[in-house]
Amino acid sequence: MELVAATALGKYIGAGLACTGMGGAAVGVGHVVGNFILGALRNPSAAAGQTATMFIGIAFAEALGIFSFLVALLLMFAV
Amino acid sequence: MATETEAAGAAEHAAGAAGHAAQSVGMPQLDISTFPNQIFWLLVTLVVIWLIVSRVIIPRIGGILDDRAGRIAADIAAAEALKEKAVEAEKAYTAALAEARSQAAAIVAKAREEIRADLDKATAMADAEIAARTAESEKRIAEIRASAMASVTEVATETTVAILGALGVSADAKGVAAAVAARIRG
Amino acid sequence: MAEGTEAEGLVFHPMDQFVVKPLFGGDTIAWHTPTNVTLWMAVAVVCVILLFVVGTGRRAVVPGRVQSVAELGYSFIRKMVEDVAGHDGLKYFPYVLTLFLFIVFSNFLGLIPGAFTTTSHIAVTAVMALLVFVSVTVIGFVKNGAGFLSLFWISAAPLPLRPVLALIEIISYFVRPVSHSIRLAGNMMAGHAVIKVFAAFAPLILFSSLGFLVTPLAILAIVAMYALEMLVCFIQAYVFSILTCVYLRDALHPHH
Repeated sequence: MELVAATALGKYIGAGLACTGMGGAAVGVGHVVGNFILGALRNPSAAAGQTATMFIGIAFAEALGIFSFLVALLLMFAV
Repeated sequence: MATETEAAGAAEHAAGAAGHAAQSVGMPQLDISTFPNQIFWLLVTLVVIWLIVSRVIIPRIGGILDDRAGRIAADIAAAEALKEKAVEAEKAYTAALAEARSQAAAIVAKAREEIRADLDKATAMADAEIAARTAESEKRIAEIRASAMASVTEVATETTVAILGALGVSADAKGVAAAVAARIRG
Repeated sequence: MAEGTEAEGLVFHPMDQFVVKPLFGGDTIAWHTPTNVTLWMAVAVVCVILLFVVGTGRRAVVPGRVQSVAELGYSFIRKMVEDVAGHDGLKYFPYVLTLFLFIVFSNFLGLIPGAFTTTSHIAVTAVMALLVFVSVTVIGFVKNGAGFLSLFWISAAPLPLRPVLALIEIISYFVRPVSHSIRLAGNMMAGHAVIKVFAAFAPLILFSSLGFLVTPLAILAIVAMYALEMLVCFIQAYVFSILTCVYLRDALHPHH
């Protein structure tokens, strides 16, 4: 009984902790876009060609946040 | 791959623990009993969409875009040709205008020349006529003067002879004439 | 007090919307059973047909609205493939377009209230990612032979570092299908689950006076999330296809 309670407690705490990883992804995505805009303002003519690169960067940064979300979901529903 | 097998294992674990309740409680995404179904229908869908894409969409839209690009290019070429034509027409027009202008100038010059020639001729003729008439008039005046002189001499001679006759002096006609002539001249 | 009524009245089932159900009753889901997956994938196919086949049926040189959208999508993906994968990547344009159309229509159809989001399932996205992974690897080896392995041997790096980098590159290469599939499924799942959580808060006004504060906020949050999801739906489809193109470029030109 205590083990079950401890498991549940650990699950929820772990899920909550995993969600902090999404903050990191948010920082990462913001960093990517912010730097892109900085560069784009300095050299607007080159910006249009690099939008795809920016999206790839966003995708990579965001994927890690999604992983942490997945960990949270797994803890909540699958463990 | 790793997480997938892990996830599948976890789902199995959950399914084993909670029986069929895993479907309603856990993540439906990890319920591997539905995987074959989803994968089968996904493959069917992808094949159908791929058939649509490769059989209809790409030929059709590619054709439309090519057609449009071709038509735009043709239109631009036609416009270019028309512009060329317009430029040529303008050139021809300018040339014709210049020629007409020069012709007109030539005509004007010729007309002026002719008029001047006519005028000169007329002036010359008029001058000649005037000169002829003047000469004639002068001649006549001279004649008249000469005849008048002759008449005066004759009248004076005759008058002198008559006066002398009346005075009773018979005068020599030759001497009288000489005297009169001397008098008139003198 | 409010918490007690909340626990009684509010129902949190954010994951229920992802349950795969047989379409015509019954409990067992065999591989051929028509389920809601089948239904919504079929709707996606119908949408593709409506937009791209019916919409362009007139083949007008001066396009109408629907045809403009179809042409826009077509040239958008074509330009992306050409820019990212290079000119020789255009051969694979139909496959990328297929993936993009399926994902974008599934994503947007999933936003209809009550709809089922097929792309929120790992099984679906993993199959697509594995298809991309396997075909890209095969293309890489067919086009470059063993030269494809130079993708992992970075000749620009100092020699002592190269084995380490090669290890990292190989790991990241094999992680590709994982991140490729989980990114799409996770984004779709997360957005819909969040909307569902806010939606669960919305009926609080029926049970508690606290609802006068919470319900409008929850509805506003749903609207905001919905708008964000519209953006995410498109961006994720775009990202999935652009990553496919990036992998294709690596397969066609493995030399850095």
